[in-house]
Amino acid sequence: MRKSAFSAWCYSLFRMAAASTLLLLAPAFSASAAKLGENVSTFKLDNGMEVVVIPDHRAPVVTHMVWYRVGAADEPAGQSGIAHFFEHLMFKGTDKLKPGEFSKIVARNGGQDNAFTSQDYTGYFQRVARDRLPLVMDIEANRMTNLTLTKEDVLPERDVVLEERRSRVDNNPSSKLSEQMNAALYLSHPYANPVIGWEHEIKALNRKDALSFYKLYYSPNNAILIVAGDVTESDVRELANKYYGPIPAQPDLKPRSRAKEPPHQAARRVIMRDARVDTPRFRRVYLTPSYRTAEPGEGPAFEVLAQVLGGGTTSRLYRKLVVEDKTAIVAGSWFSGDFLDSGTFGLYGSPAPGNDEIALEAALDAVIAEVIEKGITDEELADAKRLLIADTLYALDSQAKLARIFGSALTSGQTVRDVQEWPERIEKVTPNQVLAVARKYLRIEASVTGLLLPLKTASETE
Amino acid sequence: MMSPVSRLSFPSAATSAGCLIAFVFAFQLAFLGVARTAHAIEIQEINTAEGIKAWLVEDHTIPLVAMRFAFRGGTALDPEDRSGLATILSGTLDEGAGDLESQSFQKALKNDAVRMSFDAGRDNFYGRLQTLTENKDAAFELLRLAINEPRFDAEPVNRIKAQIAESLKRQENDPETVAIRTWMRIAFKNHPYARNTDGTLEGIAAISPDDLRALKTRLFSKQNLVISVVGDIDAQTLSQLLDETFAGLPETSDAKVVPQADVTAGPIRTIVEMNIPQSVIQFGHVGIKRNDPDFIPAYVMNHVLGGGGLTSRLTEEVREKRGLSYSVYSYLSPFNQAGLFLGGAATQNERAGEALKIIEAELQRMADDGPTADELEATKTYLTGSYALRFDTSTKIAGQLLGIQIEDLGMDYIDRRNSLIEAVSQADVKRIAQRLLKPGSLIVTVVGQPKGIDPIEASQ
Repeated sequence: MRKSAFSAWCYSLFRMAAASTLLLLAPAFSASAAKLGENVSTFKLDNGMEVVVIPDHRAPVVTHMVWYRVGAADEPAGQSGIAHFFEHLMFKGTDKLKPGEFSKIVARNGGQDNAFTSQDYTGYFQRVARDRLPLVMDIEANRMTNLTLTKEDVLPERDVVLEERRSRVDNNPSSKLSEQMNAALYLSHPYANPVIGWEHEIKALNRKDALSFYKLYYSPNNAILIVAGDVTESDVRELANKYYGPIPAQPDLKPRSRAKEPPHQAARRVIMRDARVDTPRFRRVYLTPSYRTAEPGEGPAFEVLAQVLGGGTTSRLYRKLVVEDKTAIVAGSWFSGDFLDSGTFGLYGSPAPGNDEIALEAALDAVIAEVIEKGITDEELADAKRLLIADTLYALDSQAKLARIFGSALTSGQTVRDVQEWPERIEKVTPNQVLAVARKYLRIEASVTGLLLPLKTASETE
Repeated sequence: MMSPVSRLSFPSAATSAGCLIAFVFAFQLAFLGVARTAHAIEIQEINTAEGIKAWLVEDHTIPLVAMRFAFRGGTALDPEDRSGLATILSGTLDEGAGDLESQSFQKALKNDAVRMSFDAGRDNFYGRLQTLTENKDAAFELLRLAINEPRFDAEPVNRIKAQIAESLKRQENDPETVAIRTWMRIAFKNHPYARNTDGTLEGIAAISPDDLRALKTRLFSKQNLVISVVGDIDAQTLSQLLDETFAGLPETSDAKVVPQADVTAGPIRTIVEMNIPQSVIQFGHVGIKRNDPDFIPAYVMNHVLGGGGLTSRLTEEVREKRGLSYSVYSYLSPFNQAGLFLGGAATQNERAGEALKIIEAELQRMADDGPTADELEATKTYLTGSYALRFDTSTKIAGQLLGIQIEDLGMDYIDRRNSLIEAVSQADVKRIAQRLLKPGSLIVTVVGQPKGIDPIEASQ
């Protein structure tokens, strides 16, 4: 418990978020079994709304989600944070519901609701007893196009978002460094902007901007309905047609197109000092393809590489730096590929007492250099595959997790089949493919290295 | 690098660095909600040949087995000069056992994709085991080794000690963690509950492998053990595996009993200066223990006040109407020897005093008037209707069953629980609100540079 909590804590939310969607990216039975998700079905309504049904009849409950193919990276220039701010505003009033009434209705019916925003998607969900599915569909369909925003709704909520930013970013030096590193990683692409938005831009968001964002992006042809739990495809088909079917498509919706990254030609370093830092922390992020943009096989090869290099206590980085050489107190790596336009491969670590961040970086670089030169062993490959495929089996225990896995994949340009076949694709990874992605993408010129350091001591500043 | 941002984080998720908060929440959820639809869950009581008891819910839909177990006795039993001992034990049990040294043991876990972890709470020492059905024999054998024959070799013990020490140093700079830990120190003074569950740098430095062996011997016994298992396994197979795993433990142990804990009465306000833009406020006072007959009415009351997420009064007044905080909440935190009523919020420094005043006013309003009939009704339909949501994964069911056993609520609790909620009257809630909520006696800790909050020292 402790160890995993600790290593996740180092890379904190990023690692967790990346890992939870990625490591678990697909459901399938273990190597010996057939692919999973064979009971997952998908279809489209006439208005273009995509539907995914994930039956799980173990408990009489359902998870109902609507995912919109819009996220922070789709925001107009200068309006960073509007996708997330708008997500908050979706809980205000509609032509039928008073502000705040949405969540009250869900709660009164024994349900839980929430919403989330990323660079590529915005999602809304309710978890309810099976027989309340029509009710939540009714109100979710209602707020897809009938939101009424008043100034009194918008301004306090903007303050809430500013407080959210303070809690998650401004109060936390580690988050601030990640935000700065992210801004340095992308030279042109809007992934450079934080999902929550820059403070000065959040402060300038207003009702008019919110409404024009809403009108363009909130429509059935830009949405994916996912229902997981104690339902059948035919139940969902009937209900979806009844509640979402009548909503007209938005004809002005254009294909998603963001600024492209130019070639990366210089390694970047971001150094942040803070009085609240004691032990230095090291991070590096390489720009990689995402699942959607990668060549066939590259995404799964990255998963294997991240597992072998830095997936837990038997990985190369942990074994060499933490257990054997005592250079680091913690070290690891991750891959994050569930994005529309590009992915990231990350390294992290903290020096052990008596060492510094310079020695740590040299030790990490040596491990990276070795894998670029020699690749991984057959045994490492087999171990990584077994673990990654087992992770997908564990994911089967949770309808809510499965729904998120599918939603995240579909909003980042993948298909239901991509998710279903993920374990098979992991199974097919060869040592040469892992070597190839390491050589091609772990280039220091396409990376940002971040250091979180204590304030300089008197002797250092002299 | 791009994590999704949620509209609302419940406190357990919001304070990822706040181990205490995360823990009390998990603990509370573990035994507090179970539902109308949950009657489909059939619990088998296992009594093995070797005298091991467990609750089993068989479900063969998915080829997985989830087990949760606990030994009664946690960090509150750490010797004062070895503060952090139970936490170090939780980190070292899987770092080598039997003939397998640390790396070999970890590799064995990975080879069979076994998920095993331990966690030290104030009153209980928890374990989790998850395995694919096909690997269950190997999984239970590794657990047997970890529980019965941990090696505590110098390398892993020193490594884990260094990691926990580093974690402690980071937490000292984390405002949420500082706020709750300062609160606990004030509330419990010299009682072991006042101590950080992760211990102190000095305590951790002093811990030796012999200390770990001694704690393991004190804590791990058949008498102290509570087990729940859910998933793809039948009673007979489980009985055999449980015997192989746990039969080697001593029948009884000599774990001390934690003394009754008094909670310091406020008003006390302590400000911890930190150069951050947002003040983190932790408030609370004495609460109610789980075995108090009024616990359920108190739980309903708290739901209306600050436990109900987006629909609570605190959220309505502090967040929705005034935009003062992203997260504001209250909860009941029952330990074995004391009950707490706790809550928190985070507000820009300039408006911290305003936020605290509103919170205090809401506590007073609830103490004076109780909930409205409509609030009570909405809370009951939420609590009863959502109980089933705590039973939709094997790991969640295992957690619920463990909590019910730890609190001795009885095997029929899942069936009874919703009627307990239904039976709560408006008068019950008002009575318990009057008894419990004392806004004039709050201990408040604030980390940041708050405006409008003046320190109040403890009397005496």
